[in-house]
Amino acid sequence: MSKLYSRNEDIGEFVPAPDDDLIICRCEEITKGEIRRAVHDGMRTITEVRRFLRAGMGLCQGQTCGRLVQGIISRELNMQPANLTPAPSRAPMRPIEMYVLGDEKEGGVPND
Amino acid sequence: MTNTADVIIVGGGIIGNATAYYLAKKGVSVIVLEGSDYIGNGGSSRNGGGVRQSGRDKRELPIAIWGIQTIWPWLSEELGVDCEYYQKGNLRLGKTEQHLKTLQALTDNAKSCGLDVSMITGDTAREICPYLTHEVIGASWCPTDGHANPMVTTLAFYRRARQLGVRFFTGARVTEVKKLGGRAREVVTCEGDRFEGATIILAAGYGSRAIANTVGIDVPMSQQIDEALVTEAQPPMFWQMLGTAAADFYGHQTQHGSFVFGGASGIEDFLEETEGIPPTNSLTSSAVCRGIMGYFPALREAKIVRTWSGWLDICADKVPVISPVCEVPGLILACGFSGHGFGIGPAVGKLLSQLAVGDQPEVDLHALRYDRFKANK
Repeated sequence: MSKLYSRNEDIGEFVPAPDDDLIICRCEEITKGEIRRAVHDGMRTITEVRRFLRAGMGLCQGQTCGRLVQGIISRELNMQPANLTPAPSRAPMRPIEMYVLGDEKEGGVPND
Repeated sequence: MTNTADVIIVGGGIIGNATAYYLAKKGVSVIVLEGSDYIGNGGSSRNGGGVRQSGRDKRELPIAIWGIQTIWPWLSEELGVDCEYYQKGNLRLGKTEQHLKTLQALTDNAKSCGLDVSMITGDTAREICPYLTHEVIGASWCPTDGHANPMVTTLAFYRRARQLGVRFFTGARVTEVKKLGGRAREVVTCEGDRFEGATIILAAGYGSRAIANTVGIDVPMSQQIDEALVTEAQPPMFWQMLGTAAADFYGHQTQHGSFVFGGASGIEDFLEETEGIPPTNSLTSSAVCRGIMGYFPALREAKIVRTWSGWLDICADKVPVISPVCEVPGLILACGFSGHGFGIGPAVGKLLSQLAVGDQPEVDLHALRYDRFKANK
């Protein structure tokens, strides 16, 4: 059940950090600083950070960086990582070629 | 926490965020209430990103043209975020004589409204987009159409509106509008929180219907599932927005390189009912892939990395209701965008901000009134 949550709570100024250039999402090359900045811009959920920056939207769909992103956002918001809802997993679990996914024949991959 | 503002906006999608931004620019105080836990969680993050004029109904076409001429080209600069707007044209493709008839009718309709759209041959279409199969025998072509990133655009409006002092709440599922002295004055959430404003704008997609019902107003809408798939990044191939006369898919290549394609399997209206955001169906993405490969054989080895699904709020006559409500002064409806609300979203936001402060909107909205479904109107 959703809870009323103000998006205007003061989380303090964005303070640049020495490791802001660290790449967190390797697929989309999103840095720690970009993620922290997005939180200060109002993105208060993993889903919004994904949609705004593409962190976790690349080839691995966040399977590598998901927890790191969760940690960075929760630290910025001064909350427990476990209280931050993970982004939904979406089908397919592994990238699939269009000709495989669109194959109508029984038994899978066509010969051609 | 004070729960009072000049304008209360119910719905934190592209319409709500854009309206909030344009109101804040006028110095109006605004509270936006989003029912889910996420800003832009409805149709705003579940659409194909089309910024189209072609293929639109005559009644909403003027809004689309106005938005493309006066807002979209400068939006990224204005909001300080790259909304990935590309104005490289829209191709609607046909493979059969019957398709061409459909496209001709759409083209004639758009032309009569003054839009620059024309029928072109298959070869001309292939000059514009060389990856098209030779099975395409003709297309309609609108060079001033385009596409943008709907998720980023929605959140860019949110970010800027927030910087301008707009107050946002998520998890604020509004269930009721309350009147005071005959005017809409207050909204109540399912948890009993109350928010008060001189003007209340309902921009909550299909959810607007039940809320409007609490003050005796109804908009004939239904919900329809929309599904889309995203490929891994491909080398830049083409920038046009694509659709087909057969409606087997639509989509475009994004700035990122991935393709976003939407489409349907045809059984959407007969699925078991689900609560909340619908799950993707195992048949749909396969059906869409077959559609795409039938037009773009070069994409057959492109990998699908993600699929998603969402609800469209379909109005009975497939155009939105954007209208003040006579019986309930202070209440403004903006819903029923019928699957093509994103492209006109910024323009609608600006027009709603004008309506909300009592100005004459820059585009005439009379054809989109809420009471158009009644006889003798």
